[in-house]
Amino acid sequence: MSGFQAGRMLDPWGWIWAPFASCIFAAILVAVPIRLFGLRLPEPIFALVPAFAWAVIRPSILPPFLLLGLGLFLDIFRGGPLGLWPTGLLVAYGFVLATRPMMIGQSRPMMWAWFGVCCFICVGTAYLLTMLDALVTPNLLATFWQLLVTVLLYPFAHRLIARYEDADVRFR
Amino acid sequence: MSFRDGPFSDIKVPLTWAAGGAVLLALIAAIVLLMSDRRETLEEQAYGQIRATADSIQAPVSGALSAPVGWFRGGIAGVRGYFFAVSDNRRLRAENKELRQATDALAAERDVNDRLRALLKLRTEPPIPMVSGRSITDARGPFANSRLINVGRDAGLKVGYPVMSENGLVGRVVGVSGSVSRVLLLTDIASRTPVMIDRNNARAILSGDGGPNPKLDYMRSREQPKVGDKLVTSGDGGVMPRGLPVGVVVKGADGAWRAQLSSDRAPIDFVRILKFDDFSQLAVEQELSAPVTPEQMGGAIPQPVIPLKVVAPQPAPGAALKAAPAGTLVAPAPPLKAAPTLTPKAAPAPKTAAPKTAAPQTPAPKAAPAAAKLPSTSPIAKSAPPTAAPAVKTAPAGTAAAPKAPAPTPAASGPRTAPITSSAPKGVPVPPARAPAAVAPAPSATLPAAKAPTPQTPAPKTPVAKAPAIKGPTTKSAAGITYRKVQTPAPKTPAPKAPPPPEEAPE
Repeated sequence: MSGFQAGRMLDPWGWIWAPFASCIFAAILVAVPIRLFGLRLPEPIFALVPAFAWAVIRPSILPPFLLLGLGLFLDIFRGGPLGLWPTGLLVAYGFVLATRPMMIGQSRPMMWAWFGVCCFICVGTAYLLTMLDALVTPNLLATFWQLLVTVLLYPFAHRLIARYEDADVRFR
Repeated sequence: MSFRDGPFSDIKVPLTWAAGGAVLLALIAAIVLLMSDRRETLEEQAYGQIRATADSIQAPVSGALSAPVGWFRGGIAGVRGYFFAVSDNRRLRAENKELRQATDALAAERDVNDRLRALLKLRTEPPIPMVSGRSITDARGPFANSRLINVGRDAGLKVGYPVMSENGLVGRVVGVSGSVSRVLLLTDIASRTPVMIDRNNARAILSGDGGPNPKLDYMRSREQPKVGDKLVTSGDGGVMPRGLPVGVVVKGADGAWRAQLSSDRAPIDFVRILKFDDFSQLAVEQELSAPVTPEQMGGAIPQPVIPLKVVAPQPAPGAALKAAPAGTLVAPAPPLKAAPTLTPKAAPAPKTAAPKTAAPQTPAPKAAPAAAKLPSTSPIAKSAPPTAAPAVKTAPAGTAAAPKAPAPTPAASGPRTAPITSSAPKGVPVPPARAPAAVAPAPSATLPAAKAPTPQTPAPKTPVAKAPAIKGPTTKSAAGITYRKVQTPAPKTPAPKAPPPPEEAPE
């Protein structure tokens, strides 16, 4: 077949399953009880990296359900309310998917800012849901730190996007 | 031949819309899961089999990952110990010197404490069995703060058990599986812990908000807390034992009172899990409900849980008017159903400065043996537990008639007399009371006293007659307390309006 139709096939292991497994491993690794210089380490949301990258690379049916599974894993692993992180991740994924035609191909700083907005939407959704669920306002400072360290993870998302963005020209 | 190379290669699936539909489906599933979650109930069933199984699976993985951290930490500590041995030695010597002095002071205080407890017959809390475990994971985000520990149902753990580190309270168990348990930290947004300030017993609820310093909500105190006040668990509600160290009070950046947790002083590695079911395990229900005889009491505070089947006092006119206001009667309160022969008939309610809710109808025990008077600032009185309050409420009316002493001021009246009246030591001979006193029948929480007439005349204006001598045979209880059968002389002044005839008070 000609390369016009599909360019080259995306390897599902490379762009879906490997990030999925990496996120699970990173979440387990970060949960190790360790302190540096007496300070508690922040807890970034690694799952936002593939949530952003998957939506930017190309629309697909599989990532939403993988994000559902990833979020459920985070909830169970961290002992939080079941459904909190799936909702946040899926809202963020839906936002990126909806704004993709507008933001695709932008410069790296713009993409980073876009990732920041995506993180803000995810954490904000979790914040609101926690407020409704527990009827308590979560600590703003702790939420801000988590948001900040998550935004700093953009280089990982950029690497994933740069590797697979041009793989399927139909979605450029 | 792949799918794209086949006859369907020309079909363009609206993949963006399909992805959007998938997002919508997954989102609905997530919201349904979120709405059906019952984590906040902290019930064992709410934790669910899925979470328990997942904890069991992740425990060995996380344990393997956290083990090198423990080794690394141990190695660092070893190197540090090697290089700082001299300074550590100096510091430890100084600490040892201070601790020896503190140990001596502690021994003296413990001796006094034991004696006072014996005098008051306080029901001290029995030692709580503990289990040690190691923390293997740490979730520390703003929306969930929990830890996994490597002990579970096999070690006898249950949901609700408090968990402590070597520095203070960490949280409590919210989920158990075979060999793993999940601990909800005090900082978690679902955590609520009743605490109190050690300095003034001010109560508060420690509410986690995902930050490192949980808030002190519903602070109940007349005076403001101070930065640095020590926080301990209050034991209110019976979900946690009283007195576990929690932290110190700090002022948050938002102006709210918060707690700096003691458990944050050092990394939480090994933890102790207290097998504390609830408050009911500290007391035997049958013993609490059993009637108490004077011999059993021995001058101590009556136990708070006494079946109140009491009889309204016999109106003995005038006896009360000879009595001094409440607050000076120092007699071990007898059990309400016991020893009627040891006591004189109860006088009607005097016109004293009794609490406004005092009811002349309040059934009081017919008598109380005399006992020594203690100042209201007695450490015994201070050390009396709040549960001793019912002793005052059931204090007999006009039962003690100690001779030849002026009536004291009514300032000592009120509930503070409860510990005093009940603090007569076991086996100590009864000294003469310093004042003729009559305690107004204090209200009992279990008695319908609200509609009772309130005494009109304040106590100081009550004419105090010369106290009559106590007459009658004396008996000595097994506890060594002398009980005298008192015959109250007839009054010289007309008695106030007598309360209704004696009747059985409702239990």
